[in-house]
Amino acid sequence: MEVIFILIAISLILAGSFLYLFFRAMKDGQFDDNHTPAIRILFENKQSKIDKKVPTNKIK
Amino acid sequence: MGKVSKIYTPIAKANCYHCGESCVDEVLHFDEKEFCCSGCKLVYEVLNENDLCAYYEIAEAPGTSLGNSKAKDNRFDYLDDQEIIDRLIDFQNDSEVHITFTIPLIHCASCIWLLENLQKLHSGVVSGRVDFIKKKVQVKYSKGQISLKELVQLLSRIGYEPSLNLADIDKKNALPTNRKLIFKLAVAGFCFGNMMLFSLPEYFAEAELLGQGFKKTFNYLNVLLSLPVFFYVATDYYKSAWLSLKNTAVNMDVPIALGIVTLFFYSLYDIFFLGNEGYMDTLGGLLFFLLIGKYYQQKTYDTLSFDRDYKSYFPVAVTKLVKNEEEVIPLIKLKVGDIIRVRNEELIPADSILLDGDAYIDYSFVTGEEVPVAKKQGELIYSGGRQKGTVLTLTVQKSPSQGYLTDLWNNESFEKEKVNSLENLANKVSGKFTMVVLLIAISALIYWVLQGQVSLGVLTFTSVLIITCPCALAMSTPFTLGNTLRVFGKGKFYLKNSQTIEKIAKVDTVIFDKTGTLTDPNKAKVKYIGELLSDESKQIIKAMVMHSTHALSNRINSYLDKITPVQLQSIDETQGKGLVCQYKSQEFRLGSMEFVGASSNGLPEGGNLVFFAVEDYVLGYFFIQSGLREGIQNVVSEVRQERAVHLLSGDQDHERVNLNNIFGEGISMNFNQGPSDKLAYIKRLNNKGANTMMVGDGLNDAGALRESHVGIAVTDKVTNFSPASDAIMDASVISKLPAFLDFAKTSRSIIKASFGLSFTYNAVGVYFAVQGLVSPVFCAILMPISSISVVIFTTITTNYLAYKRGLKDKIW
Repeated sequence: MEVIFILIAISLILAGSFLYLFFRAMKDGQFDDNHTPAIRILFENKQSKIDKKVPTNKIK
Repeated sequence: MGKVSKIYTPIAKANCYHCGESCVDEVLHFDEKEFCCSGCKLVYEVLNENDLCAYYEIAEAPGTSLGNSKAKDNRFDYLDDQEIIDRLIDFQNDSEVHITFTIPLIHCASCIWLLENLQKLHSGVVSGRVDFIKKKVQVKYSKGQISLKELVQLLSRIGYEPSLNLADIDKKNALPTNRKLIFKLAVAGFCFGNMMLFSLPEYFAEAELLGQGFKKTFNYLNVLLSLPVFFYVATDYYKSAWLSLKNTAVNMDVPIALGIVTLFFYSLYDIFFLGNEGYMDTLGGLLFFLLIGKYYQQKTYDTLSFDRDYKSYFPVAVTKLVKNEEEVIPLIKLKVGDIIRVRNEELIPADSILLDGDAYIDYSFVTGEEVPVAKKQGELIYSGGRQKGTVLTLTVQKSPSQGYLTDLWNNESFEKEKVNSLENLANKVSGKFTMVVLLIAISALIYWVLQGQVSLGVLTFTSVLIITCPCALAMSTPFTLGNTLRVFGKGKFYLKNSQTIEKIAKVDTVIFDKTGTLTDPNKAKVKYIGELLSDESKQIIKAMVMHSTHALSNRINSYLDKITPVQLQSIDETQGKGLVCQYKSQEFRLGSMEFVGASSNGLPEGGNLVFFAVEDYVLGYFFIQSGLREGIQNVVSEVRQERAVHLLSGDQDHERVNLNNIFGEGISMNFNQGPSDKLAYIKRLNNKGANTMMVGDGLNDAGALRESHVGIAVTDKVTNFSPASDAIMDASVISKLPAFLDFAKTSRSIIKASFGLSFTYNAVGVYFAVQGLVSPVFCAILMPISSISVVIFTTITTNYLAYKRGLKDKIW
């Protein structure tokens, strides 16, 4: 049964790293806006017809 | 590229391809598509040229109509000013600049798509990132390739003009502070979860099989996990309890802190000296539940701002005249003596003297004068008014921050933070609660000591403190208020924080502002009934009303907006009755029924009548209805049933009679109230001991909103400017104000009921605790059950009652 000590250690490290990852995501602002990404994911990445051209400053 | 042609269609059936509005005046055809105005067409052209027409495929008619607006080309010139740029941007290095714009027009998926593809419009833009809820876009651009001014011009050309105002350059908004709470919640959750896991074997007999080594290890792990809970997560409670004790008061956090400390230290003693399991899992659970309650209470509205001052209303830049050349300069650089130019629909940025132009200033938002006022050359014009009409030339008399209006913000009321009275229900209860608990604990201790069982005495003493730790009690307030906050928010009544609800429940005096709050200046209706007026008659009427300062004259004046007045031979006004004038040796009369001698047959009701007569022959009359908001009459009469109602108006008192008729006698009405008068009025009421609630809308109410116990800003569009307040109410729901007031009271009753519920749990707990029968298992079961049942009780009752009162469409 001594194996349980190792398991506990692993589980604590695992849970702790999840906590750390959550903190990091939080600090990066991942949870600041949880509406826009839901819309953004639906945009199709269409190849536009004139995309191959070098982009020029059409608007001045 | 398609050819542009203009066709005028008599029946407008086409819908604009860009904005989706029906094309009323004209239809512009371009590229086989219809547009309602040149603004929409231009945006389409720009997008079409740059192959960004996918914009139109994401959402149908995603644009916003800009009308045929011909804004000045140089209006963004101030963005060339390096100082302004430095204040606006978030970050810059040698090559890149980051800036965040607020764009109120963001409203659909297409908007997001377009604003995130700005780099296709201009290669200088690196990227754009939209925050849809906050209506903000962060743009990164390369320094040498596009200037800030060009970027803003680009955005306004595609229909997304950022809103830039004085507050933007004044200070950067700090990050939301509730992140800290989430961190603490995460730590508490992590520790609580693991502690539960390590404590679980204790509760089952099978755990014995694991042997003593395991038990000890688990207990030590629990101690380890409790450290972050005790030293990090719970810190706010110690601070708050300490602060409260220092002020010789007992708030809710005192018994909580007491419970936490007892739990922690007794568990340490239990684990290290007695070799038992302690109550560490209960400690973790307690904090976790408490923080959930705290988090739930903090409902924030991202698009709303509750602490704006005049700076959010004023523009960033003004047009200054230098040697007859126009120059756009930032407002902060405006100095006394500068000569400025103000165009139609622009704001007067500072108290100034009119040099040239026909000033016709709309002060309704600022001072509460309902009808725009005409100003003559040489007169002082106060800042904040909006010019309606031609271009004005003015000379600045006072710096923008020291004008008649903005001086209000130098008042002491704005210096101090609004005092948050500690007198909420929970704090009132907790004082007595703590005393009773201590009393019981000490009596139990004394009893057992007298019996000769000292260790049992200590055990019962700590058990009582542990079991009565008011988790359930502390949860009732945040969850009830949090639910009420959400109910109100769904009803378009947005509160700054949950304490506001308890304050609303106690309001006994309601003060209404008139203009913009009870009335809607844009809703005032003028109708002419009678024989058709010739153009000349209109010109005569215009000339007559321009002579008078009476409110009804002003109304008719603005009704006859584009008419040029004639020169009258003579004109005479009988105050409150009417006007009589001579023109082309004919006598014209304009005024009340008696004044012109009209008959009273078949006249409409519910408004003011102004008759027009030529040589004793009555041609017809103007029917003028005050633009009261819908249902306002009921609001006032319902609020009056239980509370005193006052009315403050920046307007003159010619509507007193009219308002008396509508609302009934007995309302104390005060007219001609300037911004600081209103503030002083509220102060007087407060000093008399009234619990005041100010309902206002304009900048002139800002002082009163600030000074009152509860300040409610009424606004037609919540994203628009509203002065600093405790709550923002959408003008469309003002008729529900009495229901909101009542519901605030109801939530107080719900809190009381849930207090009763948690006291029952405490009584049961104490019954066992004094006998020394409390065990960790008992705690671990009772604590979550009591908390969760209180949460369920408050959530269900709040939502059900809100549904029953018609504040919600469905229960969930």
